[in-house]
Amino acid sequence: MTTLTLRRRLWLSRIDYLFLIPGLLIFGAFILWPMLASFYYSTLDWTGFGENAKFVGLKNFTDLLHDEFFYAAFRRSFSFMLMTVPIQMLLALVLAIILNNKLLKLSTFFRAMIFLPVVTPVAVIGIIMVLLLSPFNGPINGLLLDTGLVTRVVDFLGSPTIVLWTLAVIYVWKWTGITLIYWLAALQTVPDELYEAAKLDGVKSWQVMVYMVMPIIAPFAGVIALISAINALNVFPLIQSTTQGGPFFSSEVMEVYIFRTAFAPASGQFPRLGYASAAGVIFGLSIIALTIVQAILMRRIRRKEPTHG
Amino acid sequence: MADVMTHKDPFFTPRRRRQLVSVLLAALSAIWVYPLVWMIFASFKPNSELFSNPGMIPDAPTVENYVRAWREANISTYFFNTLFVTVGSVVITSIASALMGYVLGRRPVPGRFAIMGLMVFTLFIPQGYTIIPVFELLTKLGLGQSLWGLMLATCGHSIVVFTLLFAGYFTQMPKELEEACRMDGVGPVKTFVYVMLPLAKPIIVTVVVMQSLQAWNDFLLPLVITLANPAMRTLSVGIYSFKGENFVDWGGMTAASTIAIVPIILLFLFLQRYFIDGLAGAVKG
Repeated sequence: MTTLTLRRRLWLSRIDYLFLIPGLLIFGAFILWPMLASFYYSTLDWTGFGENAKFVGLKNFTDLLHDEFFYAAFRRSFSFMLMTVPIQMLLALVLAIILNNKLLKLSTFFRAMIFLPVVTPVAVIGIIMVLLLSPFNGPINGLLLDTGLVTRVVDFLGSPTIVLWTLAVIYVWKWTGITLIYWLAALQTVPDELYEAAKLDGVKSWQVMVYMVMPIIAPFAGVIALISAINALNVFPLIQSTTQGGPFFSSEVMEVYIFRTAFAPASGQFPRLGYASAAGVIFGLSIIALTIVQAILMRRIRRKEPTHG
Repeated sequence: MADVMTHKDPFFTPRRRRQLVSVLLAALSAIWVYPLVWMIFASFKPNSELFSNPGMIPDAPTVENYVRAWREANISTYFFNTLFVTVGSVVITSIASALMGYVLGRRPVPGRFAIMGLMVFTLFIPQGYTIIPVFELLTKLGLGQSLWGLMLATCGHSIVVFTLLFAGYFTQMPKELEEACRMDGVGPVKTFVYVMLPLAKPIIVTVVVMQSLQAWNDFLLPLVITLANPAMRTLSVGIYSFKGENFVDWGGMTAASTIAIVPIILLFLFLQRYFIDGLAGAVKG
């Protein structure tokens, strides 16, 4: 069997290849091709679908380097990631440790409640938050004024200095449920016997957590951090449906910038598809770089601690 | 789970502690879902009451908002558009990813590791990076202005994750399955349909549930595809545009929002286990 020629093996697998066709068509058309095409588009001066595009080489990239809106949006995307991921991971971990207690009867119910914002469409969350946080008689401002926590209404989504923090809180609220599930899955890999043995030996519960459970779930932390970080970089729907990058571009992250440049330019301006593609290429490559760095780091850590994972 | 406190203080028995934790969790859950509950109540308030009555319960409950949203704001059209895109993309994605996951997971096909590697490489590509070529491709195919195009492109989002889920699951099944089928003279297609697929039922349900969520809530893709064609909007985009076009009709907006979240929340509550399993599988894999 092992000496079959490649041609023979290909022929023997003909039905398997047939099975691959639908999946590969979708993958090729909507993932692989767009990835490659973006590179090509990024070298074009292109003012709209159906318009003639002109090859300009690397001009889009050199222009981007002098575009302060691009710089600001790029930095903002990564700041937003740093503002949300640590809080989200910590909050979800604490909740997961509490909810993982099998004696807690309503654990499933609480998990479902925390998860509800995850399944809610972002457009709906946009509406709710704009209403709730409205500076004109919005319920949250009403509550804050009544309890005396603030003396003046706070324009949560309309003030350039606090808008990004407001969005970070909304974001953490929306996605903590998913991180919670990840942590719970990690905690499930801890054998029950470990807790029992520790209890019999009179080990305190915080010691069990810090010295026994944490090392076991540590390898998962890397994966969860990576997924959360990438998720936080793809925050377009939330921002577009609440502030559209405003006020005065103060919440414009990379994807909002790309969308605005390619599809929704200010009146009187042409869409710049090539330019937006170039921004997308830089953003995509940064994310791939982030993934690779994280993978290398995780491999290093694992090599140092070969007993776990 | 004993703590220092429990030894000293007989009042804080582990049981009491659990009850206290439950109360705290209940309070947190209430705060957590408050925005959603508030919106559902608000959708029954007339517009005049929405901002003047800060309480949750409407003074004069009305379904007027729903009637207006459904009839005048085209929410009925958007609802059926979303349903079409969701159902279609769920069918296509589950079939395509099951077939591909099966072959990549357990068939000795030349080139399968190359395909797998390529797929894993693209796992984290942001949507903002691919959206321009996707739209251009659909336009060239003549699908840029049709719900079919939106449906097909929606299949692309998670096909890699789903394929890897299927592949991981199929790899674990005993090798003898296909041999037994071959001995009995069952062809490869029948083996897949009658032996393999029924065994992969948990993954199929997970994929169906996750793709429904993805398609129902998708935003950037339908927003771009329907920019020039409002009649094709999905609920998410419809609600988003509602805000821009009828910015005084908050009652209508909350009603439309409630229409958009009810199906997906019901799906989640009934099939919760599969949501959780699917997500947990993504981390473990």
